[in-house]
Amino acid sequence: MKSNADNPITTLISSIVAPFILLFGMYIIVHGHYSPGGGFQGGAMLAASVILLRLVLGSEIGQLQFKSTWGTPLGSLGVLIYFGTGLAAVFFGGTFLNYHFLPIAQEASMKRSFGILFVEIGVGLAVMAILIAIYDDLLGEEPDD
Amino acid sequence: MKYINAFILLVFLSLLIYASTGLPNRGDIDAVVNRDRSPSGTQNASSYYIRNAYKDTHTPNMVTAILADYRAFDTLGEETVILTAGLICFLLLRKRRKDDEE
Repeated sequence: MKSNADNPITTLISSIVAPFILLFGMYIIVHGHYSPGGGFQGGAMLAASVILLRLVLGSEIGQLQFKSTWGTPLGSLGVLIYFGTGLAAVFFGGTFLNYHFLPIAQEASMKRSFGILFVEIGVGLAVMAILIAIYDDLLGEEPDD
Repeated sequence: MKYINAFILLVFLSLLIYASTGLPNRGDIDAVVNRDRSPSGTQNASSYYIRNAYKDTHTPNMVTAILADYRAFDTLGEETVILTAGLICFLLLRKRRKDDEE
């Protein structure tokens, strides 16, 4: 299969654009409190940045940015962050996912705001990792380790 | 058999179109779901969210507040679905090196 890395235009443009897509994805996740967005959309954006580089530069160079073995562990970590946020509330005397009881030294409404932030970060991480993992699985190219 | 299938589909389509004429208009303030009180006299969930979402969660985006706070358990389920989809793709599609050698 001919590598797309031979084409200087796509290589240059995607190398310039990909970090900004990554940054915009993080912005969408963190800024989900104030504007449309959140974990799912931002995670898809982060995955788009990684998959763009994989498409253009080939899967082997794409490994430098995000190894394909990281996909499922990071996805599980994202779900664990979400679950852990809920479980922390249980350990500090509340019910599951009740952010009122999180151990943060803030007033009650800010506690719930921070709880939403943690949860969104977990969702974003999981969505990004799982989308990249599905792309790698569909491609079926196992890198030599 | 083909005609029977097409007939059933047409009947179902006409049923759905007939049912859609009974729906309230979008944003109709007199519709049951948009009223302040439900028919049983309790406060509707939507009016509670609109009044109290910012006060409770300090989050101006009401959609995020509902999705990640009031309905957090539902979002946990969604995320688990995504993880399950990824794991199934991993199990079904990932190449197994042992099988290649045999």
